[in-house]
Amino acid sequence: MSTKDDELLRELALEEYKYGFTTDIEMDIAPKGLTEDTVRLISAKKNEPEWLLEWRLKALRHFFKMEMPAWQNFEHPEVDFQDISYYAAPKAKPKLNSLDEVDPELLSTFEKLGIPLDEQKVLAGVVAVDAVFDSVSVKTTFREKLKEQGVIFCSFGEAVQEHPELVKQYLGTVVPQTDNIYAALNSAVFSDGSFVYIPKGVRCPMELSTYFRINAENTGQFERTLIIADEGAYVSYLEGCTAPMRDENQLHAAVVELVALKDAEIKYSTVQNWYPGDKDGKGGIYNFVTKRGLCKGDNSKISWTQVETGSAITWKYPGVILKGDHSVGEFYSVALTRNRQLADTGTKMVHLGKNTRSKIVSKGISAGVSHNSYRGLVKIGPGAENARNFTQCDSLLIGDRCGAHTFPYIESRNKTATLEHEATTSKIGEDQLFYLTQRGIDPEKAVGLIVNGYAKEVLNQLPMEFAVEAQKLLAISLEGSVG
Amino acid sequence: MLSIRNLHASVEDKAILKGLDLEVKAGEVHAIMGPNGSGKSTLGNVLAGRESYEVTEGEVLLDGKDLLDLAPEDRAREGVFLAFQYPVEIPGVSNINFLKTALNEIREYKGLPPMEARDFLNRVKEKQKLVEFDAKLANRSLNEGFSGGEKKRNEIFQLAMLDPKLAILDETDSGLDIDALRIVARGVNQLRSKDNAFIVITHYQRLLEYIVPDFVHVLYNGRIVRSGTKELALELEEKGYDWIKETVDAEGAV
Ligand SMILES: Nc1ncnc2c1ncn2[C@@H]1O[C@H](COP(=O)(O)OP(=O)(O)OP(=O)(O)O)[C@@H](O)[C@H]1O
Ligand SMILES: [Mg+2]
Repeated sequence: MSTKDDELLRELALEEYKYGFTTDIEMDIAPKGLTEDTVRLISAKKNEPEWLLEWRLKALRHFFKMEMPAWQNFEHPEVDFQDISYYAAPKAKPKLNSLDEVDPELLSTFEKLGIPLDEQKVLAGVVAVDAVFDSVSVKTTFREKLKEQGVIFCSFGEAVQEHPELVKQYLGTVVPQTDNIYAALNSAVFSDGSFVYIPKGVRCPMELSTYFRINAENTGQFERTLIIADEGAYVSYLEGCTAPMRDENQLHAAVVELVALKDAEIKYSTVQNWYPGDKDGKGGIYNFVTKRGLCKGDNSKISWTQVETGSAITWKYPGVILKGDHSVGEFYSVALTRNRQLADTGTKMVHLGKNTRSKIVSKGISAGVSHNSYRGLVKIGPGAENARNFTQCDSLLIGDRCGAHTFPYIESRNKTATLEHEATTSKIGEDQLFYLTQRGIDPEKAVGLIVNGYAKEVLNQLPMEFAVEAQKLLAISLEGSVG
Repeated sequence: MLSIRNLHASVEDKAILKGLDLEVKAGEVHAIMGPNGSGKSTLGNVLAGRESYEVTEGEVLLDGKDLLDLAPEDRAREGVFLAFQYPVEIPGVSNINFLKTALNEIREYKGLPPMEARDFLNRVKEKQKLVEFDAKLANRSLNEGFSGGEKKRNEIFQLAMLDPKLAILDETDSGLDIDALRIVARGVNQLRSKDNAFIVITHYQRLLEYIVPDFVHVLYNGRIVRSGTKELALELEEKGYDWIKETVDAEGAV
C-alpha cells in the first residue's frame, strides 16, 4: 500500500461508531460480583420456578470448576468475573402490556437504532421484533398475529412463565452447561433473550427478529435464545446488536440453541455490530457466544448466516449437529475486522446421521492491524454413511498490517465421507481500486463495492430487508480504508 | 481541450515519459502509435491519475484546469475516461450496479440529482444496442470470466454510458475479432462530437481505417517524435519503426 493509502487507513480508524450513544434511564442494577446469591437474586427477580433455579446453580458450580480455554488465536484478555454486574433492567412496571407503558426514553433509543417497536410502523408486517435492552426484553411486536398460527415468539423470561414445559424439555439439550466456560456462565446468570416455537407444519408467516442493546455500564449481557421448529415447520430468524461506546470492555456471553425436528428448517441470521472499541483498542465488547443447532429429525435443515463487523473480540462458532438422516447444515459468514479488532470465528459441523450434508462459506475481511481467523471443524461420525461437506474459506486483506488465518480441522471416522475444501487469500488490488475510481467512484465507495462483491455469496443468504442493511454496514465499517 | 506540456513521468524511479507535448482540441481524434514499451499506456495512466506513476515535471491542463492536481475520481468526473488495455475483473460487483454508481457519482459532482431508475435503464438499453453489448454480460459481475474481447467491448459500453469529454482508448482493438472491431469503431464514431475528443492508442493501422484520426503521433522513448495525419500510420505500417528509431537516435546522438 502506498503512503496515501496509509493515510486513509488511519482516517478509517477515526470513523465514528454510529450507535455509540448512551441512554439515560433509571436502572435496576444488581451489585457487582458472582456468587450463588447473585444467581438466586436473578432467578427471584424473574420469578422463576424452583427447577430453573436449581439448573442455574448447577451451572454455576460447573463454572467455578472450569478453566479459561487457551487454544484460540489471540491472547485471551483477563476477565474479572467479580467486577461485573450480572443483572441490569430498566426500572419500569413489572409487565408491559402496551407500547404506552414503555419508557419513552427507551422507545427513542430503539428509534435511534432504526428499530421500530410500533407495530403500525413496521414494514407491512414482514418482521416481528423482540427488543432486548440490557437484561430484559422490552417489547415483542406482532405477538397476537403470530399466535393465530400457533407460533410462540416472546422473551425467554415470558416463555419460562407461560410455556415452562417447552423450556424444560429443550433448555440445555443442544448446548450443555459444561460445553465451555462461557456457556456455563450463561447458564448460571442468563438474563433474557428470545423464545420461539413453531408448531408442526407451520411456515412462520413473517421474519422474526431480535435486537439486542447493551446500555448499562459494567454489566454483562447474557442472553439466552431457544428456537424450536416442530415437524415440518419453517422459520427465519434474525438478530441484530449494538452497544454504546464505553472505555471499559463489556462482556457478552450468549447462548443460542436451535432444534429442528423432522422435515423442519431454521434459518438464523446475525448482523453483529457491537461497539468494537476505539482505534487504539480501548473499550469494546467481548463477544463470546455459543451457538449451536441440532438437526434432530430426518430431513431437517439448519442454516446460519452471520455478518460480523463489531466487537473488540469475537469468538464464536455457530455449529450444527446433523443427527437426523439426510439433514443439512449450512454456515455462511462474513467477518470484518479493522483497527485492533480480533475475530476468531467459524463453525462446527458434526455429521452423525446418514447422507448428511454440510456447506461452509466463510469470507474474512481484515483491515488496520486487526486479526481475523477462520476456525472450523468438520466431524464425521462412524455412522454417518455418505456424509458430504464442502468448505470454502476466503480471506481479503486491506493494507499490509493485518492478518488472516485459517484453521480447518477435519475428523473423519467414516470412509464413505466426501470432503472438499477450498481456500483463497487476496488483497484489494490497486488495479481494482484504480479501475473503479477511474470511472468517477469515490475510493471509499469503491472499497465498499469490492468488499460487498466479495461477500455477495453470504449476503445473498440474508433476508432481503437485512441484506441491504448489511451491505451498508460493511461499506460504512470500511469508510476511509483505502485510497 | 487537453494541453500537455513537457511531461516527465516515472515509475519506480525509472523515467518513462521524457518531455511529452500534446495539444488536443475538442472534436478531434488523435492516434498514438509507437513500439512496445515506449510509454503509451504510461501516458494514459498518468492522465487518469494512477498513483504508482509519478509526474516529475511538466503540466497537463484540461480546459484550463490543472489535471495533475486532481484525484483519479475527480479527473473522471471532469470527463477523463480511460479504456484500459487490460481491464480488471471485480468479482461479485454487478456491471450494472457499478455503472449506476459511477454515473451518479459523476452527476453528483456536476450538481445533478441521481438518474431516475427508468432513465438509467433506458440509457443502458440504448448504449447496449450501440455497441452491441450482450445484455447478459451487462448483468454479470464486472468483467468476471469475460473473454478478452468481451472485456474490451465492456470498456466501450462504459464509455458510451458515461459520455466523457476526453476518452483515451488504450489498444481497445487488440483482442477484438473483425466484426467486433467494426462494431466498436462504429460506436466510437457515433459518440464523436464537436464537444469531445479521443486519444486512440493502437498498433494497427486497420483500426484507423474505421476510426479516422485527425492526427497521428509516434511515441518513442517517452516523447512524441513524429506527428502527422493518417498517412503517417500507413507509412509506419509499411516501414516499421526502425526508420523512426534510427533518425531519432541519430538526432539524439548529435
Ligand atoms: N508499474 C510499472 N512498473 C515498472 N515498470 C513499468 C510499469 N509500468 C510501465 N513500466 C515500464 O514502462 C515502460 C513503458 O511501458 P508502457 O506500458 O507505457 O508501454 P506501452 O507503450 O504501452 O507498450 P505496449 O505497446 O507494449 O502496450 C516499459 O518499459 C514498462 O516496462
Ligand atoms: Mg500499452
